[in-house]
Amino acid sequence: MGTRKIKEEFENEKTIDIQKKAKELGLSNDQLVEMYQTMVEIRHFEEMATQLYALGKVHGTMHLSIGQEAVAVGTGLTLQSNDYLINHHRGHGHFIASGADVNKMMAEFLGKDTGFCHGHGGSMHIADVSANNLGAQGIVGAQMGIAVGVGIAIKIKKTDQVALVIFGDGAANRGIFQESLNMSSIWDLPVVYLCENNHYAMSVEVERVSGKVPFKDRAKALGVPGYFIDGNDALAVYEFMKNAFDHARAGLGPVFVEVETYRILGHSKSDRNLYRSKEEIDEWKQKGPIRRFEKLLLEGNIITENQVIEIDKKMAKVIEDAVEFAENSPEPKIEDVTEFVYA
Amino acid sequence: MPEITFRQAIHDAMVEEMRRDKTVFLIGEDIGTYGGAFGVSAGMLDEFGTERVWETPISEETIVDSAVGAAMVGMRPIAEIMFMDFVTLVMDPLVNQAAKARYMFGGKATVPLVVRMPNGSGAGAAAQHSQSLETLLMHIPGLKVVVPSTPYDAKGLLISSIRDPNPICFIEHKLLYKTKGNVPDGEYSIPLGVADVKRTGTDLTIVTSEIMVHKSLSAAEHLSKEGISIEIIDPRTLRPLDVDTITQSVMKTGRLLVVHEAVKTAGWAGEIMASVSESPAWDYLDAPMRRLTGKDIPIPYNKFLERAAVPQEEDIIREVQAILNNEY
Repeated sequence: MGTRKIKEEFENEKTIDIQKKAKELGLSNDQLVEMYQTMVEIRHFEEMATQLYALGKVHGTMHLSIGQEAVAVGTGLTLQSNDYLINHHRGHGHFIASGADVNKMMAEFLGKDTGFCHGHGGSMHIADVSANNLGAQGIVGAQMGIAVGVGIAIKIKKTDQVALVIFGDGAANRGIFQESLNMSSIWDLPVVYLCENNHYAMSVEVERVSGKVPFKDRAKALGVPGYFIDGNDALAVYEFMKNAFDHARAGLGPVFVEVETYRILGHSKSDRNLYRSKEEIDEWKQKGPIRRFEKLLLEGNIITENQVIEIDKKMAKVIEDAVEFAENSPEPKIEDVTEFVYA
Repeated sequence: MPEITFRQAIHDAMVEEMRRDKTVFLIGEDIGTYGGAFGVSAGMLDEFGTERVWETPISEETIVDSAVGAAMVGMRPIAEIMFMDFVTLVMDPLVNQAAKARYMFGGKATVPLVVRMPNGSGAGAAAQHSQSLETLLMHIPGLKVVVPSTPYDAKGLLISSIRDPNPICFIEHKLLYKTKGNVPDGEYSIPLGVADVKRTGTDLTIVTSEIMVHKSLSAAEHLSKEGISIEIIDPRTLRPLDVDTITQSVMKTGRLLVVHEAVKTAGWAGEIMASVSESPAWDYLDAPMRRLTGKDIPIPYNKFLERAAVPQEEDIIREVQAILNNEY
């Protein structure tokens, strides 16, 4: 569809009555369209990222979540403005879905002074602490420990906030997974664990290195309610995440939601996809979340083909404008290189 | 001024700050009913309850990582790591999280936390419970490293550490816990980054910290009977390091000996000597700068071996005499 580079042809999905489902979930048609639009926005952001990289405009690397957009929008919609987000390194989608300004994101991606982190963080460390977005984590799994502390703070302050921590299947094999879930469990901390299982920890497929999958069973073993759901189904993600947030917000303790999705592109720019077949990637492209949701919306008469094209153009323009903003922004001042070490 | 123990001074600083500031809380292993492995938090669970005293499972990485998270959202956690040797388990939270959050997020994150950790040999605790690893932490931009030697310093520095908006590693030599010293009744604090002249003298400057301050003071007392006048500078914080006070002292005495319990290779004595060599004090040196440190070995168990692993009073005396006798 439209101007997007990666085509998704989604077929054979069992038809659901989206109007009925949306009503059950309390979602308006406008919200459904917004979810779709945000998925398209994320896709455009990340496709633009690859273009900018190809043009030699990106200094570092990046970790893209193309194919995982349903997780981001289903989750982003459940976050309330005062909740906390503790994100992973493949986090562009989650930031956009939580309402982050794409101009500042793109500026950070290009290392500019107008970026969220004044060009000190880059793609892997985008944060907006004043908006309770506590940053993307470059140390796989460390965000799970940080989330425990945020949960403790919420308990001490007696607010109804929730800490959302997002990590991948790779992080679920780190020791801190056990420490963090255990501590949240014993103290009933308001932490929602979102395990974004995209099948690969860099190049290693999840089943080969995990003694027990799905990971939700490990969560259950630590006393944390665990769920495993289709992460390419935006409404299913929303439904389970909303329930998880309600549970945590009610003071009932942590919840673990594992979503199954697929990383269409490589781990980072150095990845030549030697560890998986083109057929496998193509198969997952068929199950891509954007086209799948789009089809549901069309069949449910929630949007028209024309709207689909309009949204695509509109979001492409939003991202082009973000690039223009970023490219016209100044570099950080060299004399500021020693700023921000100490408060 | 009442005389209290080093342990009591640290305890009092935490209690007073927790009464003053509701965002301060404790987190660590066995800090509740047990009162902490060295009894520093004894009674605090009774006063502050489980909402302010978070007794954890044996999960060091998450203890400090969670302190980082809590600090980023407005709390002022004090985490206790039972022995400094276990700092190796929390290097990611300290080095990659606490120290870097502010910088990599463009100055927008603030991480006000204190990690307390007992270090040092002398208790027969052997290789995995006796190390002095302060240099590992001192190497990291974004961290501050505090090394008190007296009850007065410990209380005043801990209060400043708790109020500081940065991550602080607060190191407590375990043999100091029972030592006593005068501490004023009222509230006071000691700024981080200001060295203290523990003894004034004219012939040689010793820069040293923690328990080695006391060994050096005893050595200086002994040497004074031989007519040797020693000045002892206690940096009190290794990062930030008060280089000026050290260089001024060296410009006065013309001789420098750095004494620490940590092992020699890449130890902080080298940093002090390099700083002096880069300063105007270099031109005032009348003898080569020397360092007296722990041997480059793990701490052994046997009490005679353990004693031999780190500098003792007699070693300091001998080293000072050697410098003054132009043996180097």
